[in-house]
Amino acid sequence: MRAALAAGAPGGGSSLREWDPRMPIPAGTGIDRRRFLLGATGGLMSVYGAGPLGLGGRALADGIAEAAAVQGSSSSVLVSIFLAGGIDALSVLAPTEDPLYQKLRPTLAVPLSAGTPFTEDPSLSWGPAAAAFAALHNAGKVTVCPGIGYTSPDMSHFTSRHYWEVGATSTRIETGWLGRYLDNVGTSTTPLQGLSMDGEMNPTLATARNPVAAIDRPETFALWMQGVGGDVFSMALDSASRLGDAERRSPDPAIAQVAEAASEVGVVRRALAPFRQANGDPAYTSPVAYPKSTESDFPQRLAGLAAMLAAGLPVRCVALTPETQFDTHASQAETFDPGLSLVGEAIAAFQADLEARGLADRVLTQVWSEFGRRPLENGSSGTDHGAAGVSMLIGTRAGGKMVGEWPSLTSLDANGNQRENVDFRGVYCSLLEQWFDHDAAAVIPEAGRFARYPLIA
Amino acid sequence: MLGQNRMMRARALGNFHDLLVQVTRDPAILLWLSGSSNTKYSPNENYAREMMELFTLGADRGYSQRDVEEQARALTGFAADWSEGRGPYNFHFDPKLHDDGVKEIFGKRGRFGYRDSCWLCVEHRSHPSFMVSKLWNYFIGAPIPSSVTRSLQRVYVRSGYEVRPLVEAILRHPLLYEGPRMVIPPVVYCAGLLRALGQTITTDSWAWIGEMTGQRLFEPPNVAGWDYTHWLDTSRWSGRLTAVNYALDGTVIADTDKRYPADETPSQVVAKALSHWGDPQLSSGTRANLESFSRSAQRLIKGDWEQTGYRILRQNALRVLIPTTPDWQTC
Repeated sequence: MRAALAAGAPGGGSSLREWDPRMPIPAGTGIDRRRFLLGATGGLMSVYGAGPLGLGGRALADGIAEAAAVQGSSSSVLVSIFLAGGIDALSVLAPTEDPLYQKLRPTLAVPLSAGTPFTEDPSLSWGPAAAAFAALHNAGKVTVCPGIGYTSPDMSHFTSRHYWEVGATSTRIETGWLGRYLDNVGTSTTPLQGLSMDGEMNPTLATARNPVAAIDRPETFALWMQGVGGDVFSMALDSASRLGDAERRSPDPAIAQVAEAASEVGVVRRALAPFRQANGDPAYTSPVAYPKSTESDFPQRLAGLAAMLAAGLPVRCVALTPETQFDTHASQAETFDPGLSLVGEAIAAFQADLEARGLADRVLTQVWSEFGRRPLENGSSGTDHGAAGVSMLIGTRAGGKMVGEWPSLTSLDANGNQRENVDFRGVYCSLLEQWFDHDAAAVIPEAGRFARYPLIA
Repeated sequence: MLGQNRMMRARALGNFHDLLVQVTRDPAILLWLSGSSNTKYSPNENYAREMMELFTLGADRGYSQRDVEEQARALTGFAADWSEGRGPYNFHFDPKLHDDGVKEIFGKRGRFGYRDSCWLCVEHRSHPSFMVSKLWNYFIGAPIPSSVTRSLQRVYVRSGYEVRPLVEAILRHPLLYEGPRMVIPPVVYCAGLLRALGQTITTDSWAWIGEMTGQRLFEPPNVAGWDYTHWLDTSRWSGRLTAVNYALDGTVIADTDKRYPADETPSQVVAKALSHWGDPQLSSGTRANLESFSRSAQRLIKGDWEQTGYRILRQNALRVLIPTTPDWQTC
C-alpha cells in the first residue's frame, strides 16, 4: 500500500483493502484525507517539489502513507485544556445578586449588570470575561461542572494539578489518566495518538508503554542542519531516527530516553511535513478567524490542531496549556480578564472551525483547572487558593446540562473554601464510558467509587 | 533575577539558614511569591506555603494549613516602592507593616518574625531528609541507599546546616561514578557544545534556544524549579538540534574546501567529524551508525559534479549528528 501511494496514485479511488486486507474500509473522513493530501492535481506536492529541505518526492509521499497506514483517523478525540494556577470559579460564574458575594469580594465582585445570565440557574451570571463561553453555552454546547473537586482538597498547585493529571488523589502515580487510556487502546508505533501541543510533554498524557508526541504547532516542527540540504539532509535525519530506533530499548534509562525522543521525532517529522511551507508558514488555512494575541499562540495552536484532525492524523488525545496564568494572588482583574477572554475566544473559534470542517461530532474539549479560589478576597485585590472550582466540557455532543450544583457561599469548609459536589474522577469515569466507550476501571483507580454524570448528548 | 543569581552563587555552598534568609528577602522572590504584598492588614500565604513545600520540608511533610497561615503572619513586613517607569523597586522591611503578635508554628509559640520563620523550617525534623534527598538526586541517578541518607543527614546537621560538606560528601560517593547515566540538562548541554568547540556566547539567541531545549534561564516553569527527570521529548530533541546548529555557525565547511578527497574511507570520514568536536568517546554502536550514514551518502553520488559537494554536505551532516547521539546527550 505504501509503495502504491508513493507512486502518486491519484484520487484514492481504489480500496486500501486491495493492498492490505486487514485495513478497515476507510470512513468518509479517510477518503477526504487522501484527496486533501494528494490533491486532485498533486498541488500540495508542488509546494515542496525539490525544495531545499528535500521534503518533496519520496519523503512527502512516505509521510502521507505512514499517516494513512495507521488506524484511528475517525476515533473520538478529547482535547484537554488546562488553565494553570487555579482559576477563580467565582468570576467565571458569579452569584451577582447575592449580598454575601458582594461582601466577600469588595473589589472583585462581578457587578450586577456586567455579566450574561446563566440560563440554567437564574442566580448566576457568566462574568464578562467568560462571554465566549456564555455564547457556546447558550447554543447548548457546554456542560458546566460548577462545583468540581475532590474530598480533602489540597491547596498546593503541584499536588492538586498532579491529582487531576493522573486521575487519582495519589502522589505515587506517574502516568496520566489519558496516558493510561492510550496504553490500553493505542499502538506502539503512533506517537501522534497522544499529542501535547505545549512544546514539551504534558503529564496528563504520560504513558507507561505507548509513545506520545510533544509539538508546538504543526508548522513549527521543523528540523534543519547547518550546511546540509537535499537528499543528504533527509538521509542524515533518517540516520538519527535509526540510531534512536536501535537504542530505545537500552537498559540504561538515560540512553533510552534520548533514543526514544530521536525515534519518535522521525515519525512525527514525516507526519507533519505536509503542514509546513518551505518558508515556515502554515501550509493549511482555517475556515474561520482565530483571535490574535502578542502574548499567546494558544489560538494558533488550536487552528493547527483542527487542520491536523481534518487531515486524518491518528490523534486521540490532545493536551494544551494556554500561557495565561490564573494564580491571581494580587490584582486579579489585570490578568484574569484578558486571560479568560482570550481562552474563551480561541475555544469558540476552534469549535466553529471543527464544525466548518465537519469534525465536530467526534471532538470534545475539556477545560479544567487544579482548584478554584477562596471566596474571601485577600488584601491585594486578589484571591488565595481555594477548593471546589469550575470545569467545562465543550462540543456539539456535550449534553449542555449542568452537572452538580453551584456550591453555596453559606456552607464553606474550615478553610473558608467552597465544598465540591462533583468529583473530578467521576467526570473522568463518565467521559471514558460515554465518550470513549471504554471501561473506566481500566483507567481510573477505584472507578466503582465515583458517581457517574450524564455528560454527552 | 540577575541579582538573585549573584546572591545564590555567593551563598549556595555556605550556611543554609543564611541562604534561606537571603532568599526570603530577595526582591525577585518577594515579587514572585507575593512577599511584598503580604502585610499585617492583608496576609498573603503564597511564600509561606512554597517556603515549606518547595524549599525546606517537602509537600505535606509535617506542616498544616494553620502553619501556612501563621508563617504568613510571621513573614509580614516586606514592601516595595513603585513607580510608573520602574515598576517595583527599593524592596525593604517596614516594621509598621509587620504583624508582631504571637504566632503558633509547628506547635511553638512566639512573636515570630521572618528570621524565626527560617529557623523554624531549618530546625524542623523533616528538613535534613528533604535537603539530602534533593541534593543527592540532582547529582546521582541511582536512588539513595537508606544508610547513606542517614549518614548524609548527620553530616549536614552536625555541621550546623552547612551546604558545602554535604555536597562534598555526595560528590565523593561511588554511585556518582558507577551508577546509571543521566540526561544532560539543556543549559549544560548548550554550554558543553560551545566549550567543545572552544567558543563562547556571542549571540543572545542562546536565550530563546534555551526555551526550545526546555530550559530558558531565569524562567523555570513554576516556582518549584526545573524537572530534572525528563528533559527529552520530540519537541525538545529538535530544540537541541537547533542548539547544535547555532554552535556550529561559523564553522560550516565551504564547498571549496579540499580536505575531503574521494578516497576517504567511511571510518576516516567519521574520524574527521569527531576531531572537530575534540574526539569525544562514542560507543561502537553509535560509530557504526555514523559510518553507515557515510556509506549511504556516498551512494547518492551519481555524477562527477556531485563528488566534492556531496562529501562536504556529508561532513557537515556528521558534525551536526554527533552531538545529537544518545551517547553525547548523557553522562
